[in-house]
Amino acid sequence: MPRIIKYIFYDILRTRFILFYTLFLLVSTMAMFQLDTDTGKVIMSLMNIVLMVIPLVSIVFTTIHFYNSYEFIELMLAQPVNRKVIYFSEYISTALSLCIAYIIGVGLPIILYGISPSSLTLLYIGLMLTLVFVSLAFLASVLTRDKAKAIGITLLFWFYFSLIYDGLLLWIVYSFSDYPLEKLTVGLVALNPIDLARIMMLLKLDISALMGYTGAFYQNFFGSFWGMTFSAGVLALWIILPLLIGARIFIKKDL
Amino acid sequence: MIDLNRVNKKFGKLQALDDVTLTFDAGKSYALVGPNGSGKTTLIKSILGMVIPSSGEIFVDKENIKNHWKYREKIGYMPQIGRYPENMRIGQLIDMMKNIRGNNRKTDEELVHAFNLTKILDKRMHALSGGTRQKVSAALAFLFHARIMILDEPTAGLDPVSVEILKEKILREKDEGKLFVISSHILSDLDDLSTHIVYLFEGKIQYHNTIANLKEETQEGRLGKAIAVYINQNSFQHTLQE
Amino acid sequence: MKTLFLFCFFLSLPSLLISNVLVVSPSGKIQSIKTGIQEAQPGDTIIVKAGTYKEGNIIIEKSIVIIGEGYPVLDGEHKYEIFTIHANDVTICGLKFIDTGTASMHDVAAIKVLDSRRVKIIANIFTNTFFGIYFSNSSYSWIEDNQLQANAKAEHEIGNGIHLWKCEHVTINKNQIEGHRDGIYFEFVTNSLITNNRSEKNLRYGLHFMFSHNDEYRNNFFVNNGAGVAVMYTKNVKMYGNTFEQNWGSASYGLLLKDISNSEVIDNQFIRNTIGIHMEGVSRTLLDKNNFYENGYAVRLQASCDDNTFTQNNFSSNTFDVVTNGTMVLNTINGNYWDKYQGYDLNKDGIGDVPFRPVNLYAMIVERIPSAVLLWRSFLVMLIDRAEKVIPVATPENLKDNSPTMKPYDRS
Repeated sequence: MPRIIKYIFYDILRTRFILFYTLFLLVSTMAMFQLDTDTGKVIMSLMNIVLMVIPLVSIVFTTIHFYNSYEFIELMLAQPVNRKVIYFSEYISTALSLCIAYIIGVGLPIILYGISPSSLTLLYIGLMLTLVFVSLAFLASVLTRDKAKAIGITLLFWFYFSLIYDGLLLWIVYSFSDYPLEKLTVGLVALNPIDLARIMMLLKLDISALMGYTGAFYQNFFGSFWGMTFSAGVLALWIILPLLIGARIFIKKDL
Repeated sequence: MIDLNRVNKKFGKLQALDDVTLTFDAGKSYALVGPNGSGKTTLIKSILGMVIPSSGEIFVDKENIKNHWKYREKIGYMPQIGRYPENMRIGQLIDMMKNIRGNNRKTDEELVHAFNLTKILDKRMHALSGGTRQKVSAALAFLFHARIMILDEPTAGLDPVSVEILKEKILREKDEGKLFVISSHILSDLDDLSTHIVYLFEGKIQYHNTIANLKEETQEGRLGKAIAVYINQNSFQHTLQE
Repeated sequence: MKTLFLFCFFLSLPSLLISNVLVVSPSGKIQSIKTGIQEAQPGDTIIVKAGTYKEGNIIIEKSIVIIGEGYPVLDGEHKYEIFTIHANDVTICGLKFIDTGTASMHDVAAIKVLDSRRVKIIANIFTNTFFGIYFSNSSYSWIEDNQLQANAKAEHEIGNGIHLWKCEHVTINKNQIEGHRDGIYFEFVTNSLITNNRSEKNLRYGLHFMFSHNDEYRNNFFVNNGAGVAVMYTKNVKMYGNTFEQNWGSASYGLLLKDISNSEVIDNQFIRNTIGIHMEGVSRTLLDKNNFYENGYAVRLQASCDDNTFTQNNFSSNTFDVVTNGTMVLNTINGNYWDKYQGYDLNKDGIGDVPFRPVNLYAMIVERIPSAVLLWRSFLVMLIDRAEKVIPVATPENLKDNSPTMKPYDRS
């Protein structure tokens, strides 16, 4: 496995995209810290980047990479190599390179300009979202052989989780506003990794937004030890489930 | 060495392999023939585990290959269209393959030299012509002294000189007791290389015998002609039955 | 300690010149305060030496001065009200009151003043008293330099720090109140002053203020109280230079204004409160030169408010600047600084050329459907707000600042 990971890694680095991505993150994070002295505000702006850009880049890059390594995968399949090894090597290499880009691009400035609970949470959710969307991209990639179709699916995933889902959530909350919805909404939020990450971040940033009885409920829930374990666990599920479903499909897939 | 037991494969509605039962024995060379889309490549890919049969079992050395991968150590495979990581250089590719097969056994680099690949080791894969690609594929297939050689259209796109080099190599290896499964359209090539013939049509095995028998049955000296005659006879029979 | 004693001493010097001084001391001739009071004539001064005095309820019905030397401790033994004063011209200075009784039916206090005038409560310490200083129907009095501290856990276990009912012309200055139900409680108190006090960590309100017209409070600190400060059912109240800070919780306000009219809120700081100012039924009130910083909602303006003016305030780093529950706008908002303002100033006069709409659509949605708070800072909400800024549909069209300033007002 390490040998295969090495070759995939080498292949990813060759495309230089990861390098540009790292630089982009580094430059924009640095610029934000330079422009604003208030660390809280910087973290807030960074949060917007993390919630929007990270999922998009992760999912699209992974899908393109997956299709670009189809030859490699085919080549490997004729060799005495386990399919699972190929699949997970692909995952580990892609996820690792994106995570390293994120750690250098966002983590380094954060460490330079001061570590705080909120910045550490930001780092954490960024990494988690990277892993989640790499997993989703793998799922989309094994579902279809057509590259364009797969990229379409991934964009749909992204669009769904960053916009459509929230719209539906708002609509549900609006339509059933006469009922006590707190518990239901907690469940609904868990169904969207971006929302979950955002709320974990909000709890560290401006809890002032979470007010009133409802706000207090959410704060008690997500702010408690169990709530945090719940959030972290659900995010982990979001990584593991698509990855494993993808693995099952990949193992049975005709190539 | 390789046993297929009632292997079926469906791609959607298309029946790519229909109840294929077949045995390939060591030391023999099988020509896999049939029109385009008759299931030759599917059969090969099934043996390699790249295509998973809908039903039926495949054994390599008496071992069911389902969910196994170690058995591929015994196989050298030359694909119909060699697809390789485009950014790699030939040398890197060969090194990587050695690295991944991971055995310290001496590799067989005869073809690498014979095809003059040593001179273009630093060429990237995307810069290669179709023929050079085929050479790389062939060289890689023979690299590990595999006892089972599966060659999918080995001579397609090769220049006559290289075809001869490859043919000689195959004949020599065959004499050493290796099993060859070769699919090709170019029947004249197969004539020299094969001892047995498997004729596939619409996923079914229509004919499986030694080439000598086929020639005797059809009274034809050349394999190409013999097959043509056989096909004609059979389709004639079909019409009669109807 | 010595200076305090001298201070109290000189304070009562005029009376000392024409009257007697009695000394109460655990080892002296007069050993109890009660005896001292019994023996004193109106106008006399009693000096209480350091020591602990457990005398139950002490009733003062003479105009006398009681001065503690080295903070003698008056222990209520968790049973008694300590001083009950029912006389004019009484001064209590330099005593330490601890552990009064508690009761739910009547209000037990360390010092209770009933129907009196010109009472001075100066530089005393109150520790774990139920009510600290309790004035009922009294006037022309001073409450100054006292420290009151309690550590109750629930509202019903504790009374108010400084409690005034039906008083007038009272000055409350430089007191520190901590851990009571309400720090300072005013009901039917008129023409009075609350200045330079610090009211902190009280369970309910830092200042609770009802039916108290023509009062002024100035330069006080209200920090980290359960529900902040409430000013209700009052007219002509002036609030200058106070700081409302860290009043944080699901039902917490920096300042709650309810049914207030003809009042002024000027030069105050509202920092890190869940709601900076909540206004309900407020009329003809001026909000000028205040700073709103890092509040959840800076101003929550209910539709029942009219004719109020917001001007020269700084709004920065608040989650929401203004929310309202109606569409009618009868208030004037003009010339404030908003950090969320993104307009331009072509003629460089320091005033933005396009109006600013401080009301945010998402805030209105949350106002109606609290569960929607979960979507805060999502992409969707950002889009909705952007769209709403361009074409206002749901937010009140007229609620806008026509001349927002480009730079914050400098208040340092």
